[in-house]
Amino acid sequence: MAAGNFEKYKSDGSIGGNLLEWVDARFPATSMWKGHISEYYAPKNFNFWYFFGSLAMLVLVIQIVTGIFLVMHYKPDAALNVNGVPVAFASVEYIMRDVPGGWLIRYMHSTGASAFFVVVYLHMFRGLLYGSYRKPRELIWLFGVGIFLVLMGEAFFGYLLPWGQMSFWGAQVIVNLFSAIPVIGNDLSILIRGDFVVGDATLNRFFSFHVIAFPLVLLGLVAAHVLALHETGSNNPDGIEIKANKDKNGIPLDGIPFHPYYTVKDIVGVVVFLFVFSAVLFFAPEGGGYFLEYNNFYPADPLKTPPHIAPVWYFTPYYSILRAMVWNFFGLPAKFWGVVAMGASVVIFAFLPWLDRSPVKSIRYRGPIYKTLLTLFVICFIVLGYLGTQPPSPMGEIVSQICTLFYFGFFLGMPWWSRMDKFKPVPERVTMK
Amino acid sequence: MSNQGKMDCGRRRLIVATAAVGGAGAVVALVPFVSSLLPSERAKAAGAPVEVDIGKLEAGQMMTVEWRGKPVWIINRTTDMLDTLPKLDGQVADPKSDKDMQPAYAKNETRSIKKEFMVVIGICTHLGCSPSSKFKAGAEEGMPADWLGGFLCPCHGSTFDFAGRVYKSKPAPDNLEVPPHVYLSDSRILIGEDKKGA
Repeated sequence: MAAGNFEKYKSDGSIGGNLLEWVDARFPATSMWKGHISEYYAPKNFNFWYFFGSLAMLVLVIQIVTGIFLVMHYKPDAALNVNGVPVAFASVEYIMRDVPGGWLIRYMHSTGASAFFVVVYLHMFRGLLYGSYRKPRELIWLFGVGIFLVLMGEAFFGYLLPWGQMSFWGAQVIVNLFSAIPVIGNDLSILIRGDFVVGDATLNRFFSFHVIAFPLVLLGLVAAHVLALHETGSNNPDGIEIKANKDKNGIPLDGIPFHPYYTVKDIVGVVVFLFVFSAVLFFAPEGGGYFLEYNNFYPADPLKTPPHIAPVWYFTPYYSILRAMVWNFFGLPAKFWGVVAMGASVVIFAFLPWLDRSPVKSIRYRGPIYKTLLTLFVICFIVLGYLGTQPPSPMGEIVSQICTLFYFGFFLGMPWWSRMDKFKPVPERVTMK
Repeated sequence: MSNQGKMDCGRRRLIVATAAVGGAGAVVALVPFVSSLLPSERAKAAGAPVEVDIGKLEAGQMMTVEWRGKPVWIINRTTDMLDTLPKLDGQVADPKSDKDMQPAYAKNETRSIKKEFMVVIGICTHLGCSPSSKFKAGAEEGMPADWLGGFLCPCHGSTFDFAGRVYKSKPAPDNLEVPPHVYLSDSRILIGEDKKGA
């Protein structure tokens, strides 16, 4: 039997040491600190792409802290107040105008939502670059896809809360998507709304999901994501296993302790991120209408749809894929296939570890096929995202159909094209570029 | 547990039975939570009919009233507007209103009880946006040059004519829904019910 913490961690005789020994005999404090921080060995060749995991954690903290303070003033109530303005909408205006510092906390939360997706998309792209989802890290990737799905739900529920025109009509359209599912669709959308139309019941339950249910699941998944990472060890830009070369103490030769090396490095990332974040926060909190849509400054009106409705930027690629489906197949309406395509375009990421059959992980040792297709995939993703912000047009429809086709082709063809590439030999030890 | 490979089958059966009963209990415990998500009794009762005075609605004008949280349009159609309907029979998906999107008394050429007064729920049958009125024929309101007037859904571009019939090859699958309604007098409509004095 391995030595218990009681035997392993002894006091150095000081008062602090005595206290720590007392704790260590009852709770794995030192052993957790060592296992996850001071003696977690990460590859020494991380580049800037490796900032985005810790930045995602930072944004999560920002969202939770600002969220806690917003809930102290926000009221999830769709009823009209004495001025004829919905209470929820008025409470957001109250936070913006009358609560001391309220505007800053609210803008931190709304900018944080967009920042979260920026950071997470870049974090996912890093995975694509260096094959971080490949064996033995499939579960890390799956937990990550789970985090992404929960994050999308969290963002969607949160967007209803200000109860503006875009909140209302966005929720109306997305909830109605579920009614496209044959047989159960209609009842399902009523179950989601809690009413026959988007109303007070919907607002209250979305509030509950946004502040309790989804954050709890999110925290659990983040813990699982990090625990799985610390079990297998981090990948690196060379896509090789540092655990293959260890010194006589069993420490990877190319590994350095997470603390102090990467804790300090991550602080640099945090500072740069906070520069950009503050610039948006103080000078362009609406993000040119992309982070906070202008129509959302009008209170929700169930009788009038704004002339142009579009989701927030981070959902637009999937929204374009939804709109690209205009054909009826197998006697089921195009509306249903749009929903299926949209759902599939998100969930398909989960299958990457098994779709990719290339003998190397990192893009550094992959050939022109991967580099070309990945570039085209990113271009398609951005084009779909742009088109999703635009009103429907015949030209946009064709372009989004081509991009949708490529999007799915990239994933579904991967088992074949990922094997055909010209590969370079992979080095034995990590390289510092 | 492992007693030199011998298994106590009676004890294992008890474990299985206990787990099954516990699992069934956990499933049953879901019932109150899921059912609490369904529309409440108050939400179900909120569908009271709405009485509307249409006496002041001029020819060519439209008014919107709220019924069950949805916009209901009442349009006083001019003869010009009504004349466009037969011309569009070839361009709309369901010209004869064969799909069950209206009460039987509105299943006719104009989809209404009285020829000029259109009463229709202003919610697109695609994803529930409220279409905007584009009453002027031609390209004046940003529509194609051969546009005869009607409604455009801003969300996904479905178009409807003056009887709420959806054009072919558009995302919306059905015509706009005509709610149950009845004339209480020449200028008063009750929306949400078919019979007077109910």
